[in-house]
Amino acid sequence: MPAFYLIVITLGAFYLGYRFYSKYLAERVYALDPNFKTPANELADGVDFVPTNKHILLGHHFTAVAGAAPIVGPAIAVYWGWLPAIAWVILGTVFGAGVHDFGAIVTSARNRGQNIGTLSGKVISARASTLFLLIIFFLLTLVNAVFGVVMAILFEAHPGSVIPAVIVIPIAMCIGQWVYRMRGAVLIPSIIGLVLLYAAIPIGQMYPIHIDGLADMLGLSVRTTWVILIFAYTWVASRLPVWLLLQPRDYINGQQLLVALVVIFTGVIVGWDTITAPAVNDVAEGTKHWFPYLFITIACGAISGFHSLVASGTTSKQIANETDARYIGYGGAMGEGSLALAAILACTAGLGSAADWNTAYASFGAASGGALDHFVTGVGHFLSNLGIDAALGASFAVVVVVTFAGTTMDTGVRLQRYILQEIAELAGFKSLVGKTSLLTTLAVLIPLALALAPGGESAGGKGFAFGQLWTLFGTTNQLTAGLALSVIAVWVLARNRNPLAAIVPLTFLLFMTSWALILNLLDFLAQGSWMLLIMDAGIFVLTAWLIVEAVTALNRQRRTA
Amino acid sequence: MPELDDHAPSLWQRINAYHDELFMAPWRAGIARQARNEEEILVALLFLEALGIPGPADYYALELYPDLIEAFHRWHQRMGMETFPEAGVCC
Repeated sequence: MPAFYLIVITLGAFYLGYRFYSKYLAERVYALDPNFKTPANELADGVDFVPTNKHILLGHHFTAVAGAAPIVGPAIAVYWGWLPAIAWVILGTVFGAGVHDFGAIVTSARNRGQNIGTLSGKVISARASTLFLLIIFFLLTLVNAVFGVVMAILFEAHPGSVIPAVIVIPIAMCIGQWVYRMRGAVLIPSIIGLVLLYAAIPIGQMYPIHIDGLADMLGLSVRTTWVILIFAYTWVASRLPVWLLLQPRDYINGQQLLVALVVIFTGVIVGWDTITAPAVNDVAEGTKHWFPYLFITIACGAISGFHSLVASGTTSKQIANETDARYIGYGGAMGEGSLALAAILACTAGLGSAADWNTAYASFGAASGGALDHFVTGVGHFLSNLGIDAALGASFAVVVVVTFAGTTMDTGVRLQRYILQEIAELAGFKSLVGKTSLLTTLAVLIPLALALAPGGESAGGKGFAFGQLWTLFGTTNQLTAGLALSVIAVWVLARNRNPLAAIVPLTFLLFMTSWALILNLLDFLAQGSWMLLIMDAGIFVLTAWLIVEAVTALNRQRRTA
Repeated sequence: MPELDDHAPSLWQRINAYHDELFMAPWRAGIARQARNEEEILVALLFLEALGIPGPADYYALELYPDLIEAFHRWHQRMGMETFPEAGVCC
């Protein structure tokens, strides 16, 4: 089947979802009111609460929620065939992510812009705030661990991409200086920066960076050395002021995201590639089955709890009119679904013949260990359809993923620092409070230990548990989504409206997450992977806790209503 | 007859403004908080004497007082003192 048909089917389904289902949500479930005074208008302070144009807000909401995760998840999940992957992306986006992201904005806006953590304490129970804090702690630990490994895998496999991936740092710093010191507009310097970044790609090909010598000197593998270097860099980056590096790099990422989507879709159409992966892959007995693993392997791109943090953290404080929530929340979810579609296309139509695909996805280990390679190879192929050398195209894809991952880690370590401080305060460890360097070190060392945890089949023979870490990351992400959907469902029920739109995805997610966690637990026990086992058991306890809290809150609300 | 608006922004100005806002919007609150923290440290250091603590840099920083008196006023109000108790400092 031509890959173009998949684009038409997916984007067509998104259109129908937006046209009809989001309209139903807006009118019947969230009952948007154009006359409601949003927090941005009521509490306008020019800092947190600023009424913002809906197109600008969609742009920043979309670039904040989209990153490397909607690329990596689908690149692994096509192991079970393109059909389950694309079906989950479509259904998850239309009936899950759309409801969740849209609902998180509305619920927060109706509560003076409070975030999901505060809202869970208010709407569900006081204990739920602590639950939220612990879920976020696990989520950030896993985010930092998986993206550290993602970057190390790519740098080891594509040493030609190191120079362009590193050069983005001084470019971003120059843009930060230009905007804040020289008071200049951002557009032109950022375009120049993007051109310089892409110009560095062929230079990187000419001068690939190998760190074998350093690894030998340290007595470590190349990948382990990269992981340590990346975490050391993250420690430094997360201590810099946000305007200097994080903000301009985040903005460049937004531009890269658009460039990547345009070149992938254009490459598919121009090359008229066909999908060579099977619709449903007949996986070997004893391998991870798509039911339930598919639903936690693709989190971002189908439904992701991380979005509720952005939706309730910043977006809800800036919407100028409540009716904009549909365009921004539901529209942003569809944008992320499109990125997942691009990743599926790269890994099902960009790898060559059916035999090539079968070799690349020979086992779940090969699928997870090689997911990033498959994505960059696919993008390289699509760029070759546009007359660009495939190796340069692959390097471009590496740069996109690495810059996304680097920004995510920088943000993740900063947030983890705050979470650790809050946990330390709750636990009575006063000596940790306010110790930024110590907290940053802890925020780096915990995921570093997890990233270096030895793994099983997905290690690709290199002693890494990337596949297992990814599934654990998926479970915490879905758990966060579960908490946000619980808040939304209780809030909707309290207004005597039908909460099924939130309860159905909530039940589905909690069921799939629990099931996958139990299967993982048995796997880790059999393999003797103790660190992963402890992590999995901790997440399972949080899931059980969330189920109890959600059921109790919904029952209480039902009796009141 | 309505006058033609000479000050309507051009398309290029609107594109630039859109991107500037896209750049600023997600980070505005965080950066403002960071700037406020830095300002508070500076204000606390320069107004040590007003708080009853001898400040080693006071003599050299005297000429900064007029520029920072407003910041000091905002600071003590944020700290819960509507007016500063020491006479002749700011309010």
